[in-house]
Amino acid sequence: MSGADPDGDPETETAEVPGDEEPDDSEEPSAVIRPEWRSDLLLVAKVVLATYVGFFVVGVLSGAGVNATVGTIQSITFFGAIFALGALALNLHWGYTGMFNIGIAGFMAIGAYTLSIAVASPDGSPAGFGLPIPVGIVLGTIAAGLAGLVLVIPTLRVRADYFAIVTLGFSEIVRLSVQSRSLREIGDTAYGTGGGQGIRATPVDSVVGWLFDQPIVGDVGGVLIVLGETVGIASSVLERGIYTLVLILFVVAFYVLLTRIAHSPFGRVLKAIREDELAAKSLGKRTDRAKIAAFALGCALMGLVGTLWMGSRTHISPDNFMPLITFYVFVALIVGGAGSNTGSVIGGFAFAAFIFEGPRFVRTMVRANLGTDFPRTAHGAFAELGAGDPSALIGYVLYQQADEVRYIVLGVVLIVLMIKRPDGLLGHRKEIAAGVDLSRRGPVADGGRPAVGSDDRAGTESETDDPAATNGGDRDE
Amino acid sequence: MGVGNTGKGVSELADEVRERLSSPSGQELFALLIVLGIVVLALDLVRRLATGEMAFGRLWRYTWNGLVDSLYIALAAIGLSMTYSILRFANFSHGDLVTTGAFSGWAVAWLIGGWGVYGVGELVLFSPTAAGPTGGELGMSVLASPVAILVGLVAAALLTIGVALAIDRLVYRRMRDASGISLLIASVGVALALRYIIGVFWTVESHSATASAPILEEIPAWLPFERLNLHELTLVATAVGLIVGLHLLLQYTKLGKAMRAMADNKDLALITGIPTERVIFATWSIGAGLAGVAGYLIVLDRGQFSINIGWFLLLLIFAAVILGGIGSIYGALVGSLVIGLTINVSLVWIPADLNEIAAFTLMILILIVKPDGLLGGVETA
Repeated sequence: MSGADPDGDPETETAEVPGDEEPDDSEEPSAVIRPEWRSDLLLVAKVVLATYVGFFVVGVLSGAGVNATVGTIQSITFFGAIFALGALALNLHWGYTGMFNIGIAGFMAIGAYTLSIAVASPDGSPAGFGLPIPVGIVLGTIAAGLAGLVLVIPTLRVRADYFAIVTLGFSEIVRLSVQSRSLREIGDTAYGTGGGQGIRATPVDSVVGWLFDQPIVGDVGGVLIVLGETVGIASSVLERGIYTLVLILFVVAFYVLLTRIAHSPFGRVLKAIREDELAAKSLGKRTDRAKIAAFALGCALMGLVGTLWMGSRTHISPDNFMPLITFYVFVALIVGGAGSNTGSVIGGFAFAAFIFEGPRFVRTMVRANLGTDFPRTAHGAFAELGAGDPSALIGYVLYQQADEVRYIVLGVVLIVLMIKRPDGLLGHRKEIAAGVDLSRRGPVADGGRPAVGSDDRAGTESETDDPAATNGGDRDE
Repeated sequence: MGVGNTGKGVSELADEVRERLSSPSGQELFALLIVLGIVVLALDLVRRLATGEMAFGRLWRYTWNGLVDSLYIALAAIGLSMTYSILRFANFSHGDLVTTGAFSGWAVAWLIGGWGVYGVGELVLFSPTAAGPTGGELGMSVLASPVAILVGLVAAALLTIGVALAIDRLVYRRMRDASGISLLIASVGVALALRYIIGVFWTVESHSATASAPILEEIPAWLPFERLNLHELTLVATAVGLIVGLHLLLQYTKLGKAMRAMADNKDLALITGIPTERVIFATWSIGAGLAGVAGYLIVLDRGQFSINIGWFLLLLIFAAVILGGIGSIYGALVGSLVIGLTINVSLVWIPADLNEIAAFTLMILILIVKPDGLLGGVETA
C-alpha cells in the first residue's frame, strides 16, 4: 500500500501525457538526468520578483505606505524562506520517499527547545546551559534527527495513513510534554521546559548584531540602514531583512543538499520506494535502511528549521508548535508540487506571500483606508450592517478576523488543490526513479537501475522537458 | 507434540524454539513489552489498593469518569470509523463536525431558552456583549428547560448532518475515486475552513453555555454513587441509547446490511446493485449526526467550550478507532472504552496534564504491534 502513487491515481498522470508536450526551456543533450540549476533559479527569481512588484504596487497605491509595504515584503521573504526550508525538508519525506509525515511541528519543537535549553542563561528560570548559539543549533538539529530515528524504526511498515496519524500523535505528545507542569523543572534540577510559560533565551537572530560588528559587512549594513531611513523604512525592518538574508543562504544550502541527494543513487532508491517499495526491494535495494536514513535526515532538517524560525524569538512556548504549523508547511509543499525541490521553494514563497501574509496585508490596507474602528464581534458587525453600514462587516472580517480568514483561505486552497490540481504548480516536474532519461533510451534502460513500474514509465514522458523526447513519444509499446 | 520421536526431531524442535526465542521480531518484542507494562501497572494498582495508598472510591471515580469520557468518544468514533470503512479515508475534519454540533446545537438551545427576551444575535452568538445573558440566567439545565435542551440536541444532529452533506457535495463527491491520501489532505483543508468559519462568527474565545448542572443528592442505596450529576446522566443515557439504536440499525435493516457490504468490498457492493451514493449519504448522516450529538453532549457535561473542542478531541477519537481496528464500528466502541479508561485511570500514576500523552502513546504502540487493532480488523461486522 505504501508504495502506491502518492499523488493520486496513475490514470490521471497517463492522461496528462499529451498535454505536457510543450517543449519549454532547457535542452539536455545527454541522456543522464541532471538538475537544471539555471532554469530553475530563473523560475524562482521570476516568481519572487513578480510577487514583490505586485505587493509593492498594490501596497503603495492603496495608501498602506512605503514602510508598511516594505515591511510586508520583508515578512513575505522571511516566512517564504522559512516555509521553503520546511517544504524542502518535507519534500525529502513526502515528495521523494512517499512518507506521509504530519508531525513537522513536533520536530521543530524538539529542535527549538533543545536550542533554547542549550543557549538559555544558567541562572534563568528554567535554567539553560549557556552554550553559544551555533552549538545550540547543531544540538537542536541532532536532537530532532534522533527523535525521527527513534520514531521511524518501529513504524517503518505502518501504512501511509496510519503513519500520518502516528506522526501527528507524536507531535502532540511532544507539545503536551513540553507544556506539562511536571516537566517545567525536571526533578530537583533547575533545568526544564518551562511548562506553559516556555523558555527565554538569546534569539538566533542576534546574529544580525554580530554581523554589524564585523568590519566590512557592518559598514555595508550601516549604509543600508541610513539609505532605508531616507526613504522611510524603519531600521528594524532592515535588520530583520538581514536575518532573512541569512535564512536565504540556508534555503540555498538545503536546496543544493537535497538536489544532490535526489540525483544520487540514494535519492533514486528513495524515489523507487515512493513508486513501488516492493519492486525496489526485489531489485536488491535496502529500502528499510534508505527510509530510516531519509526520515531521520528530514527530521533533522525540520529541527534546524525550528531553531531558525522559533529560535529567532526571545521566547518560545508550547503554543508556538500547534499542529497548524505542520499544515502550513504541508500546504507550501503541495502548492509547489511534491517531488520537486524547485517546487518546494516556489511553493514556500507563494504560500508565505498569498496565504500566510496576504490576509495580514489586506488588514494593513484596510487599516490605512477605513481606520481601525470596527466592531469587535460578529453581533456588532451585523447590527451595523442592519443599520446600513456594510463597511463594519468588511472591517470585522478583514481587520478583526484576519487570522481566521487566513486559516479559511488555507483550508480552501488545500481543498481546491486536491480537487483541481493534486500535483501542485510544479507537480509535473516530479522526478522519476531512474538515473537516465528513459524515454530517450527506449523501454530497456541499462541494467541494474531501479526503473520501476509500468505507470512510472508512463510518467516519464510527462516529466521530460526534452523536445527530442517528445518527438519520440510514440514509442512502440 | 511428538517431541520424543527421534533424537533428530528433538534437536530440530529445539533449534526452532531457540530461533524463535533468540530472534523474536520487533513486533513481538514490542507486544511483550506492552503486556509486561500492563501487568506491572495492574500489580501496582493492587498494591496501592491493598496498602491503602489509594482509596477504592478514587479508583471508582476515575473508572466512572473514564466510562463517561468513553461514551462521547465512542459517539464521535463511530462516525469516523464509518467514513473510514465506507469512503476509505482518514477524515481529519471529523473533529470539526463535533465542533459544529456543539455550536449549532447550543445556539438553537439558547435561541429557544431566551426567545423574546433577548435579541437573536445575542442568543445565537452566546452573548458577545456584556449585556447579554449567561447560561445560568437562561436556565440552561435539563431540569429548568428540558425542551430547549432536547430541541438543541436534535438541532445539533440535524445541522451537523446538513453541514456534512454540504461538504460531501462540495468536496468529497468530486474526489470519489481519489486516493486515500488525497482525500485525507482535502479533509485537513475542510477541517481548517470549517473551524475558522465558525471562528469568524463565534471568535476563538471560550464560551460558557450551560447553567450549573443539577445534582441529585438522594440516591438509592444500591447505586455506587454519592451524588448524581444530571447532565452527566443525560450524556450517558443519550449516548447508550444512540449506540444501541445504531447496533439495531446495522444488524436488522437493509441499509445496515448494505453499509456492511460496502465496507467489506466496495466494487462487489456496486455489482450487487447496492446504491452506493445512498449508502454514502447514510454514512454521512449517521456519522455526522452522532458527531454533532457528541459535541453537544460534551458541552452539556463540561459547560465550557471553544472552536478547538473537536480538534483537540480528534486524536483521541483516532486513537479509539485505531485501537478497535479502523473500519470496525464495534471495534471503535471497544477502543473508545480503552481510551476513555486510559485517560482517566492513568491519573493514578501520572499528573493530569500528561494523561493524553498516555493515550497517544498507547495508540502509537498499538499501531506498531497490531496495526489491525485489538479486534483484528473486522470491518463493520
